[in-house]
Amino acid sequence: MSEVQISACPACVAAPAAEEAAHARDVRDTRFVLSLPAIYCAACISGVERELIKQPGVRAARVNLTLKRAQVDADEDVSVDDLISALTRAGYEAYELDAGAISATETDRKGRAILTRIAVSGFAMMNVMLLSIAVWSGASDVTRDMFHWISAAIALPAIAYAAQPFFGSAWSALRVRRLNMDVPISLAILLAGGMSLFETMESGRHAYFDAALSLTFFLLAGRYLDYRTRSVARSAAEELAALEVPRATLADGTVVSIADLAKGALVRVVPGARVPVDGIVVEGASELDRSLLTGESLPVEAGVDTIVSAGEVNLTGPLVVKVTAAGEDSSLHRMADLVAMAETSRNKYTSLADRAAQVYAPAVHLLSLAAFIGWMIATGDVRHSLNIAVAVLIITCPCALGLAVPAVTTAASGRLFRSGVLIKSATALERLAEVDTVVFDKTGTLTEGRPELSNLADIPPHARGVAMALAAGSAHPLSAALFEAARAAGVEPAPVSDIREVPGQGVEGRLDGMPVRLGRAAWLETQALAQTATYLKIGDETPVAFAFVDHLREGASEAVAALKRQGKDVVLLSGDAPAAVADIARRIGIDAWDAECLPEAKALRVAELTRSGRKVLMVGDGLNDTAALAAAHVSISPASALEATRVVSDMVLLGKSLAPLGEATQVAVSATKRIKENFNIATLYNLIAVPIALAGFATPLAAALAMSASSITVSLNALRLTRFTKR
Amino acid sequence: MNVLVYLIPISIFLGGLGLVGFFWSIRSRQYDDPEGDANRILTGEYDDHPKP
Repeated sequence: MSEVQISACPACVAAPAAEEAAHARDVRDTRFVLSLPAIYCAACISGVERELIKQPGVRAARVNLTLKRAQVDADEDVSVDDLISALTRAGYEAYELDAGAISATETDRKGRAILTRIAVSGFAMMNVMLLSIAVWSGASDVTRDMFHWISAAIALPAIAYAAQPFFGSAWSALRVRRLNMDVPISLAILLAGGMSLFETMESGRHAYFDAALSLTFFLLAGRYLDYRTRSVARSAAEELAALEVPRATLADGTVVSIADLAKGALVRVVPGARVPVDGIVVEGASELDRSLLTGESLPVEAGVDTIVSAGEVNLTGPLVVKVTAAGEDSSLHRMADLVAMAETSRNKYTSLADRAAQVYAPAVHLLSLAAFIGWMIATGDVRHSLNIAVAVLIITCPCALGLAVPAVTTAASGRLFRSGVLIKSATALERLAEVDTVVFDKTGTLTEGRPELSNLADIPPHARGVAMALAAGSAHPLSAALFEAARAAGVEPAPVSDIREVPGQGVEGRLDGMPVRLGRAAWLETQALAQTATYLKIGDETPVAFAFVDHLREGASEAVAALKRQGKDVVLLSGDAPAAVADIARRIGIDAWDAECLPEAKALRVAELTRSGRKVLMVGDGLNDTAALAAAHVSISPASALEATRVVSDMVLLGKSLAPLGEATQVAVSATKRIKENFNIATLYNLIAVPIALAGFATPLAAALAMSASSITVSLNALRLTRFTKR
Repeated sequence: MNVLVYLIPISIFLGGLGLVGFFWSIRSRQYDDPEGDANRILTGEYDDHPKP
């Protein structure tokens, strides 16, 4: 007994205290947390760290490759924007994370507690098994009793410490008169321990200390895998939430948190920024990009008295907005609440593991009770009957079942996380495997919402240079795209002077004394085209139209092609104009499309498909997609989506590319197949072992062998998944 | 069989040593960034500050 105390207890008492100390040091040191979604290799680690250390005022920087984050310790006067732009210049994508929203240390503590329990039970298991080998190979009488006593001295304290998670969970289930998987587990562990102690006192032949410990060990391992998968997903989801540091700039230039904004406050929104609140424009003129809210790619004009909503992007001129609702009351948040209600219906999905547990838990109890009663009637020997009941309980105990699902989901979600897909919901993989129809949104999902000039070849050569010179004077996305296209085509800018931006209208200047204008159709008094375009007027000439198409998102065509290859139907639903939608559908190879869909219409279409027996995967990013995302069987959104949208999605694409979609569906299918295979393996093993136990032939040696063999088979089968997907 | 009196305590003590070692590795946060640690060993720079 004394050895056990010396070896096991000081550490388990000291570990939490040391953890506390390390935790405290961590928080004090770190000033900024940066997210680095694109780093993957040894060179990236040293590159990022070197770049950060080079910045004046930075004391220390440390990259965590597993979480793809960097912690930076810096002086008070260092601005996070400088660090981010320095990293971007060096070629590393970086974002600031709201350090307050990341509670990684809290979850770490839980993970370490499980690891500690695994270590204690593993240590005890190995020692007891060594001692058991002596008993199995024929130790008898006093020697056997001594070995049993030593085993008891190691096993009982170890069980009391390591199996606590199972006892706790079983107790809370029993208190509300329910059965869960932990009830048979706890019962098996407790009965095996108690029965073995009794046998030891009576100098009996069979003690199940090793079985009780290996049961604890394997199940804790499954529990840890499960926990690990969830915590990676959770911390990444927290990271996404932390990406949007909620701030607003007041009219006088001070920066405040959105939560501190009162109704009636005046907020300045600079060009290129997202409107942080709901409000009314009181000053300035500009254009607004509403694509995240409506899916429409054409910018709308905004002036005094225009009503703006949180989530819109200001494009040209600065605006001053009077706040009508901020934070919790804003339209964005109200939408999120509606979505939360729609979502509960999907939460009713029962996972494969739960369905298995519902059948399994009562069956195990009944079987072992039946064994006890049967042997009581047959022999009348309480001790022998109890022994057999315990053996049945140990053998049927869901060791393999407890490992079957976590091992597979860990392997699958780890694989998907590495290729840039984050799984937020525990049952998402299973649901994704059933999908047969994929519905895409257009703006922001299949396209980047970034315009691309499409008709440069049709523009008269002299107009190209003039347009390029004017476009250089504006930050509007259309101007930037025009300038970029002209530069790529080798156009020389014309000598335009007096260039001036007219907020909300366009850019004007003078060429050889002639006025030249580039901007909205209405401003140039001409007819607007049906698609996104800007117009150039030189003197009194007829205005020239520069037409734009949406830039396709990287990997969009590959993803659609891969999904079609897998025999899935692909549908495009967009809130945009028919011309723009038809163009994208043609370029990407989607035959079924619908334009000008209102948010409700999208959700309705998805619900219709569901009613006709389809399992729908919805991929969307805008606020207009949230209802449809919530209505679908499973949903995916890109990381660039609004927070409310990401919240309803089951999965988030972390990178810019859509290409991982095809792989994700494939991995989901094979993961579900592996889970079912693992259940079959576990069932097969039970079919063989249970009759042996019922007949009373199960010795502790047989129990130990069977249990380890089935657990290892199941784990190896799960690991095949990582190899399969690495092709 | 008297030798068991020494052997069993010694074997348990050695096992316990391993356990304490494992606790130490948890306490010194060696499982926080397994991927990073695996990659850091490949860089030429000497890394003498395990934590920021």
